[in-house]
Amino acid sequence: MDQPHLIIDHVSMAFDTPKGSFQALDDVHLKINKGEFISLIGHSGCGKSTVLNIVAGLLQASTGGVVLNGKEVREPGPERAVVFQNHSLFPWLTTYQNVELGVKQVFRGRKSRAEMREWIEHNLAMVHMEHAMDKRPDEISGGMKQRVGIARALAMQPEVLLMDEPFGALDALTRAHLQDSLMEIHAQLGNTVIMITHDVDEAVLLSDRIVMMTNGPSATIGEVLNVDIERPRDRIALSDDPAYNGYRHDVLEFLYEKQRKVEDLGDRRRAAASTPPSTPSPARVA
Amino acid sequence: MLSNLNSAVLTEKLVSAALPIAGLLMFLLVWNMSAQRIETSLGQFPGPAEVWEQGGNLVDEHRVQREKAAAFYERQAKRNAEKLAKNPGYVPKQRRFTGKPTFFDQIGTSLVTVMLGFLLAALIAVPIGIMIGLSQSLYSAMNPLIQLLKPVSPLAWLPLVTMVVSAVYVSDDPTVPKSFLNSMITVMLCCIWPTIINTAVGVSGVSQDHVNVSRVLRLGPLTHVYKVVLPSALPMIFTGLRLSLGIAWMVLIAAEMLAQNPGLGKFVWDEFQNGSSNSLGRIMVAVIVIGLIGFLLDRGMLLLQRYLSWDKSATLR
Ligand SMILES: Nc1ncnc2c1ncn2[C@@H]1O[C@H](COP(=O)(O)OP(=O)(O)OP(=O)(O)O)[C@@H](O)[C@H]1O
Ligand SMILES: [Mg+2]
Repeated sequence: MDQPHLIIDHVSMAFDTPKGSFQALDDVHLKINKGEFISLIGHSGCGKSTVLNIVAGLLQASTGGVVLNGKEVREPGPERAVVFQNHSLFPWLTTYQNVELGVKQVFRGRKSRAEMREWIEHNLAMVHMEHAMDKRPDEISGGMKQRVGIARALAMQPEVLLMDEPFGALDALTRAHLQDSLMEIHAQLGNTVIMITHDVDEAVLLSDRIVMMTNGPSATIGEVLNVDIERPRDRIALSDDPAYNGYRHDVLEFLYEKQRKVEDLGDRRRAAASTPPSTPSPARVA
Repeated sequence: MLSNLNSAVLTEKLVSAALPIAGLLMFLLVWNMSAQRIETSLGQFPGPAEVWEQGGNLVDEHRVQREKAAAFYERQAKRNAEKLAKNPGYVPKQRRFTGKPTFFDQIGTSLVTVMLGFLLAALIAVPIGIMIGLSQSLYSAMNPLIQLLKPVSPLAWLPLVTMVVSAVYVSDDPTVPKSFLNSMITVMLCCIWPTIINTAVGVSGVSQDHVNVSRVLRLGPLTHVYKVVLPSALPMIFTGLRLSLGIAWMVLIAAEMLAQNPGLGKFVWDEFQNGSSNSLGRIMVAVIVIGLIGFLLDRGMLLLQRYLSWDKSATLR
């Protein structure tokens, strides 16, 4: 391949705020191959969602840009489907209708009614939600909603699947389940995936590369870790695997040693006002 | 234990059914007692019993008028048939019965006027509300105008509307009477604002996440409005519509009174001018009917909202 599939090309982002310009991202640069699974990891507020939204086209970078298949991204589109953190299903539509809305947009004129129906059902079946097609979002559980959100994105046959903490709000068991489904689907379809996560295990288990971001303001890419583990990956087998644990260690080290989360200014001032300077509180990924 | 619980629930139900009745009885009692103490120039203020009696009278009068009308049409048909028998070339004349409109005719007129005025207002207000809700600049442009016109009283609009209608609506054989147009347009002008404002608020309150989904799906503007904006703004739109309908009904009665347009307002005014000993009782009947109809109109909107709303569990009040 002569040109990379997706380039995040020297992206910087400054937000206009009432207090002046806020430099959120500074020179984020990354080339991604077709079919790669990338995780973005970093401390809360460093700018992961901003990166994702720029790739999605929901935000425009202040400088730099995103190039997909040699074309600059200027606006959102179904070829870069987004799975939002809080599912963002339309509560007035059933599971089926939520998926249908995207399918109609993408396949209008290309698929017949019956083909569309089949395709929607196929995608719902892929996330094991075919039994709840006629339920409204408020009638299904959080994990189920997230799965429908994934089905909605997949049904658009996106070249790039963008996921903002897709499993953030779920319990560990449901999360493991969905991670397995996601690996299966990725193996089957080979979409390019960019996923934001706070979960180190999730990042190592799913990714081809883990992109670790430095703390904001002016956040950028700190390190990129290649995860060379054979697919298909099995979470139980991997838990004893020294390579797997090595990768985990690398990510943890980056987050807790090299990019220790400094308390924000407000905290520090408040602390300074009440108590004499003390040792920094333990960092955590939030 | 279980029977205890059941009887507790039963008592609660009984109490909740009994309370409104108790409130109503209290009101009738207070009304009756105070009515006896109020002497007006038209005699004693009517108590519940007199009002009930006048209600009966109004029904009777209506029945008598209907019978007269039926008799009139019968005579007319007979006369036409006779003339036609004598002279086959005769073109039968159909005259309308021109009796005095009864209380119930006036109710009918008022209802038709208010519904049409309100419908017209809704048809204008909802699209405008959607547009200014979607576009911040349009909102900024329209907002001062809306704020300025919203508090204008119907009594101020009425002379203008009357003059404009007389000037614009010239026709020898008006199928729609001018007075009807006057009331309807006045109603429309007064009740359009709450729907515009509430629709705009509802539309601009669509969640950013849903807007983002719509952008990623690249929904067209119409699909976006139809599939995303409208369902999410529907509760606010209905809040506006219910406020509007309430205002429409209040404004209509006032407009009919002032402009002598047919309807319940005119009925009240005529009775007031009439000044017989029965007048106050008859006006009280009208007052109660006006209240009842206002209440029923609001319930009707609520039912419509429940029917159209996707969220059947939402508490509707
Ligand atoms: N619209 C905006 N206007 C101003 N500042 C913004 C805006 N959006 C984000 N920011 C700022 O940019 C920084 C990065 O935000 P972003 O949401 O990308 O962080 P994140 O890494 O996704 O955090 P989290 O993990 O908590 O979701 C934050 O400091 C945030 O306050
Ligand atoms: Mg985020």
